[in-house]
Amino acid sequence: MNLILASIAVLFLSSLVSLAVQGKPRIAGILGACGSVLALGLGIVPAVQALMGSQFAPLAFASSMPWLSFSMGLDPISAIFLVPIYILSGLVAVYGTGYMKPYAEQKNTAFYWFFYNILVASMVLVCVARNGLFFLLCWEVMALSSFFLVAFENDKVEVRKASWIYLIASQLGTVFLIPMFILFGNQSGSFEFSSFYNCLTPAAATGCFILGCIGFGTKAGIIPFHVWLPEAHPAAPSPVSALMSGVMIKTGIYGLVRMITFLGMPPLWWGMVLIAIGALSGILGVLFALAQHDIKRLLAYHSVENIGIIVLGIGVGLIGISTGHQTIAVLGFAGGLLHVINHALFKGLLFLGAGSVIHQTHTREIDHMGGLIKKMPITALTFLIGAVAISGLPPLNGFVSEFLVYMGSFSGITSLEAETAMPLAGVIASLALIGGLATACFTKVFGIVFLGEARTIQLDHVQESPASMTVPMIILAFSCVVIGLSGPLVVRLLIPEVLAIVPISGPFVFDPSEWLVNISIVASGLVVLIILGAGFRKFLLSRRTVGQTVTWDCGYAAPFSRMQYTASSFAQPLTDLFSAFLKTKKHIKVPADYFPAQASIETHTADPSNERVYRPVFAQAVGLLSRMRALQQGRIQIYVLYIVVTLIALLLWKLR
Amino acid sequence: METYIEASVILLLLTDIALFGTSRLYTCITIAAVQGVLLGLIALFANAETFIPRIIVIASIGIVIKAFVFPYLLKRTIRQAGVQREIQPFIGYLSSLVVSLVLFGVSIWFSAKLPLALGAGRSMIIPAAIMTMFTGLFLIVARRKALTQCIGYIVCENGMYLFGMVAVGEIPALVELGILLDAVAAVTVMGVAMYHINREFDHIDTDRLSSLKG
Repeated sequence: MNLILASIAVLFLSSLVSLAVQGKPRIAGILGACGSVLALGLGIVPAVQALMGSQFAPLAFASSMPWLSFSMGLDPISAIFLVPIYILSGLVAVYGTGYMKPYAEQKNTAFYWFFYNILVASMVLVCVARNGLFFLLCWEVMALSSFFLVAFENDKVEVRKASWIYLIASQLGTVFLIPMFILFGNQSGSFEFSSFYNCLTPAAATGCFILGCIGFGTKAGIIPFHVWLPEAHPAAPSPVSALMSGVMIKTGIYGLVRMITFLGMPPLWWGMVLIAIGALSGILGVLFALAQHDIKRLLAYHSVENIGIIVLGIGVGLIGISTGHQTIAVLGFAGGLLHVINHALFKGLLFLGAGSVIHQTHTREIDHMGGLIKKMPITALTFLIGAVAISGLPPLNGFVSEFLVYMGSFSGITSLEAETAMPLAGVIASLALIGGLATACFTKVFGIVFLGEARTIQLDHVQESPASMTVPMIILAFSCVVIGLSGPLVVRLLIPEVLAIVPISGPFVFDPSEWLVNISIVASGLVVLIILGAGFRKFLLSRRTVGQTVTWDCGYAAPFSRMQYTASSFAQPLTDLFSAFLKTKKHIKVPADYFPAQASIETHTADPSNERVYRPVFAQAVGLLSRMRALQQGRIQIYVLYIVVTLIALLLWKLR
Repeated sequence: METYIEASVILLLLTDIALFGTSRLYTCITIAAVQGVLLGLIALFANAETFIPRIIVIASIGIVIKAFVFPYLLKRTIRQAGVQREIQPFIGYLSSLVVSLVLFGVSIWFSAKLPLALGAGRSMIIPAAIMTMFTGLFLIVARRKALTQCIGYIVCENGMYLFGMVAVGEIPALVELGILLDAVAAVTVMGVAMYHINREFDHIDTDRLSSLKG
């Protein structure tokens, strides 16, 4: 516990120090990154120990505010979230020193490091806080510091707009969390987490569940509360997107899991609600990702999809608890929670890869890129590993966690009654659909960005990113492979921790690692085969001359790179199939005559929940609230008058 | 001693009412200075029998600062800004006087309701203190010039000082000095700020500063 405190202190200190040396951006960057890396070294030790089963005594500092106490604790649930937070923030900080270098001339990068380290510290605090008010405080610090990071390039109009959307969304989410904690505090008589367990009546528990799903779901980005994700991620600097998408949105999942442990025995429909939310987020998330042209927007929608998978896992776990089937519960929770770690690794990797590409090409449009694998081999290879992992293909880590959720659902189908088995069958169907669509989507991204030839960008100036950026990506890719291959070990490590969450006693008899061992053996064989094949190719080519020619020829007399297949055309069969959901707008200019001179097609996929739900609601709200403007005169005299009137009214009320 | 205290308190109330009806900034500053002297005198009279050196020292420091330092700083600001009087206040001077009478009634009602144990001959001090606070707040709310608002702040602080002196009695010296230091710093900062506002905008009308809104 002391090491966690030390890491938080280091983070706050380094954020202040980097602000103090803002005149020298290089030093500020190094000091800021050092803070995160040092915190990684300090904090990972107790986090891993807690995962291994060590017990940590809780800490509490009293405060002068009523109900608030700075109590902290470390248990396996916190540790599952702390491990990716520490790892990803350390690596992303190293990456940031390289990524931020070009900004140092125009912007004050010290602010970036200041808010970066505060964001990391607040995420750690959210995971260890054990008091409702303290939790909310850290939650707000996290929201605000990430808001400032999203708004880093605030000289651009679209960045300002996106960061406002993010701020409003996260504040609205908190609006639902405050009554939830008040309900807990009201019924238990204290804001300490330790007093929350089973303190609620069933009706209050249902209220808390709904409030928590909305409040935490907004941070996590489940549909329909996901609108801020596709706006904020393209606007933020790439390392910030990686950190936010990789670990910050997971604090929403942490809150959800933590809340569920307080609520006692869940009714069956809670699990079904979570499965419905998860399936909706997963399928719609990946569909909208498929229709995007902006690489970071696309990755943002994939975050929605993966949060959907995590929520599916938790939903399966809840159904297991409420039907009393330990196997289903453990597999569901284990799958969901392992996917938290896995998604942090591969989504962080993908955003860093995208950042590395954007850093060199200065565009986020997928259709402008192409052929980057020749110039940026390391970025391409690590991005490929991340893409395979996020698609849930063996032998990488995404597969392991999705496999657990699959297994949980299958064992539920075989052992449960028909009505309760139906949603689990839905889980299997939607996971399969998500996996397939995600594979299609990442085939599109990788193929268009890295293969073929450059479309409108100039490849001459493109080069591989510096080592400070590639090394974190290599480490992340490597850990994806390691977790994928050592799946059985990881699962065995995780199951005792998950058993602690599941309130069903009895020995755990089912061991999913048996299957995983076989898969790992086959997968390792595959990796060996790939390496052998690459070696054999090199051997064959070693004594021959290798010629190079254009990638696309197609029998044209004068082919040029713009004739290549585009991302939109690749996705078109699928987007047409799902056009009922996507409502893609197309502006087509069909070529006319026998000698067509001009033709064009433009597609745009707007977010329906944004267009049809939030925009009308907010327009109404603005209309209503603008009448309140009369109160806000912008004159200091009026404001002082408000204060005086309030004080006198209070005094009168008291003296009455 | 009670007679002296009562006389000073009544003088204080008169200065409050005078502030409601004065448009000349020079006069306002002078009235606020007189108030400072009166406050120091009340503090001295109230503790004349016990004769605590600490209170005498603090009261004298208060008199010096409020009667000489503040007027000096404020008058210098007036010369720099070149404003003489409050023109077009939000509430006219005749209506201000009416408001002052209403507020005086309210403060007497308040003091009757407030559960405070007071010595003989001090029954008027609490209404006077509340009235002085009201006067300061009124100047801040109803006047346009930044300088008048600064005076309002000082007057409000005077009221709190008087209230604290009676209601709490033994205020630690450090707190009293802290309040004084606070007021000095505030007046200095306001003076500098007004000078700059004036140089930038050619006026110190706070309501016209709303063009700075984002």
